[in-house]
Amino acid sequence: MYRYIINRLVLVIPTLVGAAALVFALMRLIPGDICVVRLASGGGTFNAHAVAVCHAEVGLDQSVPVQFVNFVIGLFRFDFGPSMWSGKPVSEEILARLPISLEVALLATVIAVLIAIPLGTISALKQNSWTDVVVRTVAIAGIATPSFWLGILVILAILDITQAISGTPWMPPIDYVSLWDDPIRNLSIVICPAVTVGYRYSAVTMRMTRSAMLEVLREDYIRTARAKGLIEKLVVNRHALKNALLPVVTLIGIEFAFLIGGLVVTEQVFNLNGIGRLFVLAVQNQDYTLTQALVMLTVVVFVLCNLIVDVLYAWLDPRIRYA
Amino acid sequence: MRTTGVLWAAGLGMLLAVGVASVVSAAAATPKRGGTLTYTIPADAPASFDGHRETSFATVHSIAPFYSVLIRINPDNPSSTTDFVCDLCTEMPKPTDDGRTWAFKIRPDVKWHDGSLLTADDVATSWRYVVNPPEGISSARESFYLMVDRIEVPDRQTVTFRLKFASNAFLPALADPFAVIYKKAILEKDPRWYEKNIMGSGPFRFTSYEVGQSIKGVRNPDYYRKGQPYLDGFIALYAPKQAVRVDAIRADRAAVEFRGLPPSARDQLVKELGDKVTVQSSDWNCGSVVTVNHRRKPFDDVRVRRALTLAVDRWRGAPSLAKIANVRTVGGIVFPGSPMAATREELEKLPGYWPDIDKSRAEAKRLLREAGAEGLSFEMLNRNVDQPYKFVGTWLIDEWSKVGLRVTQRVVPTGPWFEAMRSGNFEVVLQANCHGVVNPLTDVGNYLPHTVYTENYGQFEDQQEIDLYDEMVRETDVARQRGLMRRYETYVLDTAAHTMHALWWHRIVPQRSYVKGWKISPSHYINQDLANVWLDK
Repeated sequence: MYRYIINRLVLVIPTLVGAAALVFALMRLIPGDICVVRLASGGGTFNAHAVAVCHAEVGLDQSVPVQFVNFVIGLFRFDFGPSMWSGKPVSEEILARLPISLEVALLATVIAVLIAIPLGTISALKQNSWTDVVVRTVAIAGIATPSFWLGILVILAILDITQAISGTPWMPPIDYVSLWDDPIRNLSIVICPAVTVGYRYSAVTMRMTRSAMLEVLREDYIRTARAKGLIEKLVVNRHALKNALLPVVTLIGIEFAFLIGGLVVTEQVFNLNGIGRLFVLAVQNQDYTLTQALVMLTVVVFVLCNLIVDVLYAWLDPRIRYA
Repeated sequence: MRTTGVLWAAGLGMLLAVGVASVVSAAAATPKRGGTLTYTIPADAPASFDGHRETSFATVHSIAPFYSVLIRINPDNPSSTTDFVCDLCTEMPKPTDDGRTWAFKIRPDVKWHDGSLLTADDVATSWRYVVNPPEGISSARESFYLMVDRIEVPDRQTVTFRLKFASNAFLPALADPFAVIYKKAILEKDPRWYEKNIMGSGPFRFTSYEVGQSIKGVRNPDYYRKGQPYLDGFIALYAPKQAVRVDAIRADRAAVEFRGLPPSARDQLVKELGDKVTVQSSDWNCGSVVTVNHRRKPFDDVRVRRALTLAVDRWRGAPSLAKIANVRTVGGIVFPGSPMAATREELEKLPGYWPDIDKSRAEAKRLLREAGAEGLSFEMLNRNVDQPYKFVGTWLIDEWSKVGLRVTQRVVPTGPWFEAMRSGNFEVVLQANCHGVVNPLTDVGNYLPHTVYTENYGQFEDQQEIDLYDEMVRETDVARQRGLMRRYETYVLDTAAHTMHALWWHRIVPQRSYVKGWKISPSHYINQDLANVWLDK
């Protein structure tokens, strides 16, 4: 098992280099120039000299191969250099935002798991009953509803309801504080985006749990377990659910990794200064160093999530061995 | 008798009412000290804190409360385009040497936030970095100060600007809000220190910055304007999404957003908050401008370019568009509130501004026919920004269709938009000309060919236009200069029709009614130090 984990971690290196080469090339294919975008962002005037000075500052006066070599060397030293846009170290830019995205992703995952697995299981056990119909309707609505739209509705609903009740509209704070500094204020900030994202997340997971459970419940070993007189609770929890969770865990892993950098619009709607917003900003500003670092971060998160999922497989299904 | 009594009573009532109103008004006008102003900045974060190198409002709205400037537009009369007052100087100087020497006496009582005394050396060094930065240091507005020869410090309290030639553009350029004063010792030790750090002499002291979240300041107890600032402090929250900013004002999470919101947001806030919200609005020193690529046929033909402007009904379009977009005023190349701007009578002589739109469009069709460009199809490049780019773009396309032009729109993000313009990969592009302090002489420099103004993307050369501009800039008699401006304007918009001006923008700032003391100006860059803002709570 340990050998397997080490092999997987070593395989991360070529994956990272491949992703690095790809993002490096793709970023330079996008038309535009960070210096022009920056100098002209306020609509003000600037001249060619200012652009040249800016190019020298951000290293764009060097040839593309030199830029690539510097990037790869930096990658192996975990040093992505300064952001071309702000001049701050890329690690500083990312670390300032990572806790927010991580917190929302974790909370959304908890919400999704708490909703999806029980409801998906009940839906499968009571297939074609009214309970099943209700659960499936909720799930399909969750998949069909864009998170950002739901987010806007949630905020408007809070504003309108509080105004109707107290006469003064209220909404959650829009400036993030960490959980350690002010837990209540922190929760009031992250709970809405987490519920909004968690709903869609739970809908997808619910559908997967239901279909996996339906498949497992028809297996011979479930029939055997029932035939030997096991109580239904044990049949479901110990034999059916544990096996049905394999694809569900895979899905949760992928979704979690996606949430770290993919909450672009949700973060904007709730004014969360997370990784997703930073990603869009970096691409819009053509900040090569920051975009490259963010892609690397996303790749690492995906690889780690997959690794954790693989390890969980072995725990859920003892037949799986990674010798 | 009874009638007389009623009249007396009514008169007394009116007097009382007026009296009470005056007292209330006087009380309301007396600033109250205390409180923290929370406002939003519609951006993710400023690229840096260095006003000298940045051009974005995100920087100015973040740092202006921490710094002083040499002179500025009068904060009590910011809508004026000519009312300049001292900030760090003691009084506005009279120029000598035929307008080529300006000596500013610096206040002796100004302290940096680190407690040291601000001197003329600090002011002069900061200005040298703005006017003529050292190798490798960027100054975004270097081109504003081509008239400046050198900056001297004859004594500890005097800064003297010596100009190569007298220019009416000098004083407005000197009031640039980005030209904040830095400490000489810091600048000389590390010219890039101010990109990531803040240390000024302004009304507020820097307390904290959380990247992409907020910037905070507290009252500077040593501020040189006694009694100011009124606020205990401020919190500026970065909020790029408009819906968030509007909701924040509605829920009183923020009291104001100083850049400007569209009419729909204003209407929504007024409807929901009633008298708890106050709206200030002003013409904006930003204009929607259509640039034509002269290297693409048939746009090399002045008749086609003139037809484009003739087809557009600005007088009827402006009031309609003003209901949904941040545009309102019809004008030429000079900001409408400036004494240098064309009057309506003068404008109506220019193509595209004629009062009779039928006659104008008939002329457009004739010119297109004559140029062999009837039913011309082309693509207009536009920026992927709603306000007001996409609104104005859509309106223009509709206007052009009325003379048989078939126009499509290519809307792209900011980066590719600039790249397309710089590489000449466009036929017609919708742009914006935005400026800070209204300075017609430098503002209209944007219309000069690429060899003079590098960011003009019209891809043309025109020595006659350059000569006209030079003559105008060097003229110091205001009346004659105004006449030359009309000639230049007519040349740019009619004779050569190098470009067409669509509409001037309109700035709308809804604020919580308890925010007092702040007055709107024609630019979202100016009047942002918050020294005179107070909260009536």
